[in-house]
Amino acid sequence: MSARSKRGSALEAVLVHALLLVAVVYALYPVLWVVTLALSKAGGIEPRVIPVPHGADEITLDNFRLVTGAGDPERSWLFARQLVNSLVVSFATAATAVAIATPAAYALARFEFVGKRSGLRGMLLTQMFPGVASAVPLYLILDALHLLDTRSGLVLVYAATAVPFAVFQLRGAFLAIPVDLEEAAMVDGATRTQAFLKVALPAARPAIAVTALFAFMSAWNEFILAATLLGRESAFTLPVVLQSYVGEYSTQWGAFAAGAILVSVPVMVLFYVAQRQLLSGLTAGGVKG
Amino acid sequence: MKHLRALVTLIAVVAMTVLLPGCGEPPRGIVLWHPYRGGEEAALKKGVLRFEAERGLKVTVLAVPYEAYLAKLEAAIPRGNGPDVFIGPHNRLGEYLLHRLVAPVGDAFPDADAPRYEPVTVAAITYEGERWAVPLASKCGALYYNPRLLPEAPRTLDDLAAKRDFALGPGIWPLAYESHTAYWHSALLHAYGGELFGAPASTEGGAGAPPGFAMTGEAAERSLDKARELVATRVVPDEASGDLVKTLFTTGKAASVISGPWLAGDLEDKVPYEVVPLPSIPGVGAMRPFLTVDGVFMTPEGAKSEGARALARSLGDAASAAERAEIGKQVVATRSYWSAQDGGGDAAALSPEAKRQRALLVAFHEASADAIPMPVSPAMNPVWVPAEQAIRKVLRGDASPRDALAEAKARYDDVMRTPPREAVSPAPLVVVVGLALLAAAFAVVRRVRAPGFRRELAASKPAYKYVLHAAITILVLVVLPLVAGAAMSFFAGTREEARFVGLGNYVEILTARGKPLLSHGSFYLTLLVTVAWTVVNVALHVSIGLVLGIALARPVLRLRAIYRVLLIIPWAVPSYVTALAWKGMFHRQFGAINAILVALGAEPISWFAKFSTAFAANVSTNVWLGFPFMMVVVMGALTSISKDVLEAAEVDGATRWQAFRLVTLPLLRPTLLPAVVLGSVWTFNMFNVVFLVSGGEPDGTTDILVSEAYRWAFARNAQLGYAAAYAVIIFGLLALMSKVLGRIGGGDAKEAI
Repeated sequence: MSARSKRGSALEAVLVHALLLVAVVYALYPVLWVVTLALSKAGGIEPRVIPVPHGADEITLDNFRLVTGAGDPERSWLFARQLVNSLVVSFATAATAVAIATPAAYALARFEFVGKRSGLRGMLLTQMFPGVASAVPLYLILDALHLLDTRSGLVLVYAATAVPFAVFQLRGAFLAIPVDLEEAAMVDGATRTQAFLKVALPAARPAIAVTALFAFMSAWNEFILAATLLGRESAFTLPVVLQSYVGEYSTQWGAFAAGAILVSVPVMVLFYVAQRQLLSGLTAGGVKG
Repeated sequence: MKHLRALVTLIAVVAMTVLLPGCGEPPRGIVLWHPYRGGEEAALKKGVLRFEAERGLKVTVLAVPYEAYLAKLEAAIPRGNGPDVFIGPHNRLGEYLLHRLVAPVGDAFPDADAPRYEPVTVAAITYEGERWAVPLASKCGALYYNPRLLPEAPRTLDDLAAKRDFALGPGIWPLAYESHTAYWHSALLHAYGGELFGAPASTEGGAGAPPGFAMTGEAAERSLDKARELVATRVVPDEASGDLVKTLFTTGKAASVISGPWLAGDLEDKVPYEVVPLPSIPGVGAMRPFLTVDGVFMTPEGAKSEGARALARSLGDAASAAERAEIGKQVVATRSYWSAQDGGGDAAALSPEAKRQRALLVAFHEASADAIPMPVSPAMNPVWVPAEQAIRKVLRGDASPRDALAEAKARYDDVMRTPPREAVSPAPLVVVVGLALLAAAFAVVRRVRAPGFRRELAASKPAYKYVLHAAITILVLVVLPLVAGAAMSFFAGTREEARFVGLGNYVEILTARGKPLLSHGSFYLTLLVTVAWTVVNVALHVSIGLVLGIALARPVLRLRAIYRVLLIIPWAVPSYVTALAWKGMFHRQFGAINAILVALGAEPISWFAKFSTAFAANVSTNVWLGFPFMMVVVMGALTSISKDVLEAAEVDGATRWQAFRLVTLPLLRPTLLPAVVLGSVWTFNMFNVVFLVSGGEPDGTTDILVSEAYRWAFARNAQLGYAAAYAVIIFGLLALMSKVLGRIGGGDAKEAI
């Protein structure tokens, strides 16, 4: 820490905390309503500034019990399976998307080759086409590949949709890493592949973490494709199950809110673990070499 | 290279082996899909189990969420992967027929069975002389009232209106219903002798003009005047969603509500209630709700299977009906259940709870006798949106009923415009596509013939090994579906019955279908809204993301890890429920935002009545949903910046701001730019916030281009070609914009993308 950031940092720290607190209030306020909805029997409707259930006797865990099927072994077992499905599908999506995108991003950052420009442009263009009713073409393609009704097929679809962003993101990260490091390694006798795997890849770890998180999230909350491409209840992911609380005429908002909270907990845990590992001060080790 | 391949293969193998278990296909037998949940699902499964035991046939049951139901049916059935039988509401039959998802049920409902079901339900599933489903249960509205607040059952609307201005107690409304929806307004409309769709389904099917927008004339105007009066005189709260209606009733803030049998399941023992048919309007007539009938439909494949037909038939029999009534609390279509009730049945042996349950069903059964079955036609889907826009406009007091309805009718006619019937010459399309291909070929040839091309190509080989799998994945799973989608833009009609119209769809969109270019719902007006939407959102996403990302990067910050996790919560919670929480917060009478405004001494605002406030509501929701992503990107990018550089700047005497502007920002640029560019593109096409929060209110003005495309695809007679043309135009616009912005941004932007 340098001398100057110590000086006058008390006031600054207060300001930063104040700023962050405002942001936290903005981030949490609507979520508090969701939590209230999940915890209360009737939900509250009079205009209130602070969302809390009416009184202690109004707080209930019934909605959580309903969603997890507590008390009914068969339903709890199904819920557990669907949770595992969600985790497996989302982690596999993150892994597949990163595995597909990283080498491509590296090549696009470091090599000159025929078709690089148009490839990059084309990839950006794919993001510009709104996917109105793209479920049916995807269904046909997966049918042709014999991947319909399989989680592998779903993972491939999710990963493919995440790849263009992942490539751009990782390419930017590789561009920000000084070339010297890899060149030095190669002068020392490393092959290009070794330079990529041993030097560039570790230095790009924060960006890879962000990309993986992005791919994970795109799979974690998706339900239309999952419901369309999967054909058995035991293969469904949690968002599909959650969405079934929304009916044509009525929606079980309490159950939906409880489910939404359950669904977001693993993400927060994951992020909490991942940020310590990957977002703090890795640069020191990576780039300084 | 070996390592790279090994890595990729390893990951792929691990991913696949983890995923493969569970892919082995057990024999499925007859496949049944349904959108049920809870009691209805349990009762259905019971009936299926009994059928399996009796017939020795295997049945696979799958519950599909309502929101994905039609998409899944539409994708699976034409490919022969669909169910044999599926359960759905009869009013969707028009769409099912349009997409060829159903066949007549044949001997699942023989003539001899006709007396088995309530006549009104048989009429509902009969269309053009054929029976298309085995009726299971009917759903319609009735009046729930709270006997503690209203000791006597309200028989007329005036009984309720007499309790206006909170005569029953502070904040207690005499009546609550979803007054701004066409489905519930129709009960009033029917009382005045009006109708929403023309030509209600006649029992024998056939005759009469095809259903279309019929909410015009004096009856419709009077019904709207009445609805406005109810809201204006504080008999009924405004903007009441289904959920709000329910909570008002359960918390004793509404003495009576109009809702369907599904409400009873949520009430349980929270509040005492009785159910009676809808009240009448003195001197006018009884309010009559719409009736929908859930039925078992047969897919074309399933109709060929004897077992599937037998299953459909057995689901309508007396034993299954009794289960569905007792466990699923359905108002079953099978008459034997009701005749057993009339005879007193086993009433003596019942618990008070079960007795109440039966009384409820009986009340709804009575109400259904007077209800109007929703007609069946593909032409009715496009009625809803213009009708609701008219209702909302009148309820807000923005237009007289006559003007609002005339406008709605014009909008319906505009949407239902018949695409060119006659065969269109493909010549203009061929010319356009040909020119494009020629230009592309020319560019390729020039590139190939450029000096040193072979050498370059040879030098590119190592790079290709790195990009090959990404290229294949994107081509097959991203580009191919898009091309298939784009190709549809040259056709009109449904997927199954497409007619080539060449560039006709494009011409219609770009000429605003012959109306003034900046008229309501025109492409150009929507484009302006979309651009404003994108600019405002992205600017806020990036600035909030940058500020928070940088604040969180301070190495000495206490509680940093906690802040980070709390701040990504908006991204982590499924947006469907949070978007609706935001919508609730902007409610005029019950929303938290207005509560805060009032606490601060300001006037409450009717957020969705004006474009500016509705737009602001949409933006604050979308900014909330999107800033954590940008924040995480900034955090990731900041960690890649070497501290040496910043320290060097400090040593050179740069101020904090100078260091940020001259050192940090340029270094962030390569990582941030793709996120900003892609973020803009995604925001441009972000329809679900607009759908869920403002829903286009007021009057469709907050709709953006992509929500317009969705409406054409799903809410307006499945005009997928028109929707696809919208998508292609959006694509072209964005491509053009990125090119222009790339020029303006100069080398840097080009380098990043």
